[in-house]
Amino acid sequence: MSDSRTDILDRVRAALGRKPGQPPQPLPPTVFQTRNLPTPERVELFVQQFAKLNGKPVRVRGCAEACSVVRDLINGKTAVVSNAPFLRECGITDLAGVQTGFTARDELSAACATADFGITSADFALADTGTFVMLSSPKEARLISLLPPVHIGVIPANSLLPNLDELFSRVPKPADLSSSMVLITGPSRTADIEQILVRGVHGPGEIYAIIVE
Amino acid sequence: MPSGRVSLFVTCIVDQVFPKVGLAMADVLERAGYQLDFPPAQTCCGQPAFNSGYRESSREVARHFLDVFRDSEYIVVPSGSCTAMISHHYDDIFENDPDMRKRASEIGARVYEFSQFLTEVAKVDDVGARYDATVTYHDSCHALRELKIKDGPRRLLANVKGLTLLEMEAAQECCGFGGTFSVKFPEISGAMARTKMDSIVKTGASTVVSIDSSCLMQLEGAIRRAGLPIRTMHLAEVLASR
Amino acid sequence: MNTAPIKIRETVADPNLQKAIYTATGRLMAHRAGSVAPLADYQDLRTAAHELKRHTIENLDYYLEEFERNVIAHGGEVVFCNDGVEVADFILDLAGKRGAHLIVKSKSMTTEEIDLNERLERHGMESVETDLGEYILQLMHQRPYHIVAPALHLTRYQVADLFTEKLGVENEVVIEKQTKIARAVLREKFLAADIGISGANFLIADSGAVVVVENEGNARLSTSAPKIHIAIAGIEKLIPRATDLNVFLKLLGRSATGQALTVYTSFLSGPRREGEIDGPEEFYVVLLDSGRTKLLANAEKRESLFCIRCGACLNHCPVYRKIGGHNYPWIYSGPIGKIITPQFHGVMQDPWLPFASSLCGACAEVCPVKIDIPRQLLQLRAEISESKSSTERRAFGMYAWLMRHPRLFALSGKLGSIFTPRPKNAGWIRHLHGFISVGPLKKWLQERDLPPPAKKSFHDLWKERGK
Repeated sequence: MSDSRTDILDRVRAALGRKPGQPPQPLPPTVFQTRNLPTPERVELFVQQFAKLNGKPVRVRGCAEACSVVRDLINGKTAVVSNAPFLRECGITDLAGVQTGFTARDELSAACATADFGITSADFALADTGTFVMLSSPKEARLISLLPPVHIGVIPANSLLPNLDELFSRVPKPADLSSSMVLITGPSRTADIEQILVRGVHGPGEIYAIIVE
Repeated sequence: MPSGRVSLFVTCIVDQVFPKVGLAMADVLERAGYQLDFPPAQTCCGQPAFNSGYRESSREVARHFLDVFRDSEYIVVPSGSCTAMISHHYDDIFENDPDMRKRASEIGARVYEFSQFLTEVAKVDDVGARYDATVTYHDSCHALRELKIKDGPRRLLANVKGLTLLEMEAAQECCGFGGTFSVKFPEISGAMARTKMDSIVKTGASTVVSIDSSCLMQLEGAIRRAGLPIRTMHLAEVLASR
Repeated sequence: MNTAPIKIRETVADPNLQKAIYTATGRLMAHRAGSVAPLADYQDLRTAAHELKRHTIENLDYYLEEFERNVIAHGGEVVFCNDGVEVADFILDLAGKRGAHLIVKSKSMTTEEIDLNERLERHGMESVETDLGEYILQLMHQRPYHIVAPALHLTRYQVADLFTEKLGVENEVVIEKQTKIARAVLREKFLAADIGISGANFLIADSGAVVVVENEGNARLSTSAPKIHIAIAGIEKLIPRATDLNVFLKLLGRSATGQALTVYTSFLSGPRREGEIDGPEEFYVVLLDSGRTKLLANAEKRESLFCIRCGACLNHCPVYRKIGGHNYPWIYSGPIGKIITPQFHGVMQDPWLPFASSLCGACAEVCPVKIDIPRQLLQLRAEISESKSSTERRAFGMYAWLMRHPRLFALSGKLGSIFTPRPKNAGWIRHLHGFISVGPLKKWLQERDLPPPAKKSFHDLWKERGK
């Protein structure tokens, strides 16, 4: 397709009156609106926003409580747990019956396709929109928060950022870190038929956030 | 007490179809303390030709307008769409003529829609009018979106003795006139008028008021066709009532 | 020239369709308003978005090359395509080499623009739409009705009958259950597919990344489960930096559906990295021209390329709210469709289209990137009108002449006033007969009564007023 490439770039340059290699006009830097919000208030705001989306927020004190909440939630059903160190810290990877430690895609996919729960941590969470920010890595696969019908995200309170501005201020180049950064804001939904809202179309229909303070 | 000289640009539709609107506007402005003149050579602002894509024709008409009103201190117009034509679109009409653009810009700065003139230049919200009726206000599109006129007419109406102002849900939806649009696409235009009508009826108001006679003509036409007992009135007519 | 298709009359006369369109768009308008109200800097964001798009478009060659470099740096490939045929050829060629047959697709107006599914299926590929609305439409062989709510015009009963017919399931009218049926069918496809095709809401030049926003999860699945991901986007989708998403993401969800952020926002760059457990092994970005460079060449029209396909203009357009998405000649409907259709296809293909607007300006007021749609419409009208000689042109020539001759204008008014037949009670006119009842007057009277010219003009009355 190199001919098409040349064709198109030539046409673009001709249309704009620009020469090959010509630098662009200067671009002002992005302006970030920093928001001064101490962690306890970030947690409050996140919980509020997450609940508005029909997510189920749970505040816990310490890893042990987090583990206990997760155990009660999964209640013997099948769960795939990611390789996130925080989940190991909380003992969640050791819960009876959970599948974890996947490193191969096919096994992971098969497990997620039949599991009732997908349990992950998150790299960040955004307080003002109730969002999980997840980067794909050896610690966090993509499909765990996507295939099972219920997603549980267990996050330390200090992973909370006030807003999107803060995220892009800290991570101006997500592509340097991972092939995938996904912002998850609530359960999967559609209103395609008669504008009636239905949750859990393709992604999880139920989503929990366990915030460990 | 506000004072000064105001030139009336009544617009071709008011001149030929709704002249009483022009008289009402004149009465209100005089009572507000202004001296009026009416340059008799006035005709049209050029909008019909411009909107239909005939720029050369619209240029001819615009030139005539600028000539007629070249010495005016204030030009007051009982129409949002005609005012916007002059203040916002003459620039495009004369895009290849820097001298005309300059003239248009200078004169354009002195053109005011009637309610805008009252609230922003004369700085009056209450003209001492009386009109006993329940009224709902229709935001005409050019006034609302190009001239940013929204609260002024409502304030003026709210201060009319005996008048109850009711807000309709679809106040900011287009009435469907759009000049030749109403003739070229009558079914769509008619459907839009009926939606406005339903919204007016829902308020229970006896009267619908606008600052544009073309909108009122569109709405009145639909109201009469439906046989409804709703009056349409131009803001000037309400404000001239005693 | 200015007659609209007959279908418009049918749509306007159908009360069920009218109700569906009006309430759905009304709801989207309300959601947008509610989500935008708390943003103190909303107008500044619009200006910033407009300026960022203007900058990118005016330096597009630079950003295309930067984008390409970064995609390659992350292990992906960029494929430039002049048109839809080249896109299909590329995919078919790749599929052939990999022995691929099944494709899952997330929603992309760009792929609808080039009839991609039809081309692929003609060559033996199975290409399945996975967005619920698009999946339904694919089964029905219909075009989307709205950029964001493609199945706006359908009822649950139509969906129930469709699923029974095409999927062999029992007739199910409960919407939640219909969704579960589709979910199960499509889940199998996601997990078996060889190739996942997505669109891109944004292409990020400094990252070689593709950004896809959605609510269902089908785009995530299409881009994460199959071994090959192909993203297809128009060249105008570029923005300079990942951090610019800080502006665009605040506008897109809110403008489209009233969401601060859609459920999933995916930022994808290249195939999976070393150590990552899942994700595609091959990553391609197809950059499509298909007429965009033509718009680019015109300094006025290139503003149309700023569009981020949010659908807000459709929701607010009083004409769209009456005629719906299937009465526009191309895949893009609403105000944006009204300007880009003639800009891509030439103004004389559908010369009525730019005139099917009352120029109310509601679209421009809500466009997140501040495209001045009414201004573009007026320019298109000038192009159309001035390229023809016609009765209308002569009529406006006469009008202009008359308006420059005030005494003759006054006289013509008087004649009109004398010769108009009036109802006895001097009321408005419902019927006109004979030679007067032609053309514009006849059309006006189809829908409403006509005011008679005043017996005395304002000029006359002013003289009588004595000032």
